[in-house]
Amino acid sequence: MKELSLTGELTKGFFAQNPLFVAVLGNCPALAVTTAVNNGLAMGVAVIFVMVCSNIIISLIRNIVPKEVRIPCYIVVIAAFVTIVELVMKAYMPPEINESLGIFIPLIVVNCIIMYRAEVFASQNSLLRSAVDGLGMGIGFTIALVILSSIREVMGAGTIFGIRVAESYQPASVMIMAPGAFLVLGLLLAYFNWRKLQRGEKV
Amino acid sequence: MTGELNTLFAIIMSVVFVNNFVVARFLGLCPFLGVSQKTESALGMGMAVTFVMTLASAVTWFLYNYVLLPGESNLLGLMLPGVKETGTVDVLKTISYILVIATLVQFVETVMKKTSPALYESLGIYLPLITTNCAVLGVALLGTTNAPQHLNLLEASVQGFGAGIGFLIAMLLMSGIRERLALLNVPQSFRGVPIAFVCTALMALAFMGFSGMVSW
Repeated sequence: MKELSLTGELTKGFFAQNPLFVAVLGNCPALAVTTAVNNGLAMGVAVIFVMVCSNIIISLIRNIVPKEVRIPCYIVVIAAFVTIVELVMKAYMPPEINESLGIFIPLIVVNCIIMYRAEVFASQNSLLRSAVDGLGMGIGFTIALVILSSIREVMGAGTIFGIRVAESYQPASVMIMAPGAFLVLGLLLAYFNWRKLQRGEKV
Repeated sequence: MTGELNTLFAIIMSVVFVNNFVVARFLGLCPFLGVSQKTESALGMGMAVTFVMTLASAVTWFLYNYVLLPGESNLLGLMLPGVKETGTVDVLKTISYILVIATLVQFVETVMKKTSPALYESLGIYLPLITTNCAVLGVALLGTTNAPQHLNLLEASVQGFGAGIGFLIAMLLMSGIRERLALLNVPQSFRGVPIAFVCTALMALAFMGFSGMVSW
């Protein structure tokens, strides 16, 4: 595999290898928390923090941990950082955001994106590259969450960041409920596939 | 007695239909999309998940009530007096749950291999995948909170079992749809995951019809 420059490592997660839209990982939190842009952003920031920190630690311990028990070790590292995020969010975030993120904060532990980057990247690369990779992938996930939640909030509640966009628009509240989440993500994935096909790439 | 049975019935109805883990709570989507190509594998995965969810709910219930919660019954409090007042819910919940689930899955796999090779043949390959299935951790977390009320051991286990059955039903429905989809001429950009999501949206819409059936 050819080595990317550091900026390449950072930006590859934004669009080209976006964890949600291209790799289709981390669906559960992505669908559950994107009822409003604020929630999507909060979740994104939490994932960035956990991802950068766990990538750093896993990259540091990659030569010490025996291959057979690496997965449990990674899970414990990730769970420790998730606990930190949980406590910090409980202390400083507005209660309504905490309410709507609910059990999806502790569930960051089993978010496939974090495990995936730990396994395929941080366990084989140096500290700096792993940290940059975690940051890039985290930002990519946040971008995806913001796109998804803006569409859902505008269509489902007629607001964005809680501010009304158009007085005359009658919100279709199904968009902020479960079916809307699946529908918007399905259509977005189809759009990204269509763009790839237009450029003559394989899906 | 009837009151108790009514509660259990309400819990099952709630987690199977009204708050189905996959289509209403967005839990366990990775195996839902990944293993639903064929009805046979969907059935195997669904049964393995039901089994582990029931066990995990029961085990984490003990952990929550006897290790994590503050109070006289805290076993850690016997050794560390400070724990009796504070409990360890805030710091240890996530870590201990995921460790318990990972150990439990490993244990079930070993026992199953030894005692019933036939069952292991059909469910075995799905077991390792379950550790990182967020539905299992999710049901453990939901079974051990104070909202809407503190569940007892039986209620928590029944909730775990019901959630597994709900997952199984969603998997089976989805695999049936996908087996039919494989024969259709779907637009190229929709093939695979996008059309699966659109179908799930329609399923979720149908499941919304159950809302308000039980208030749990």
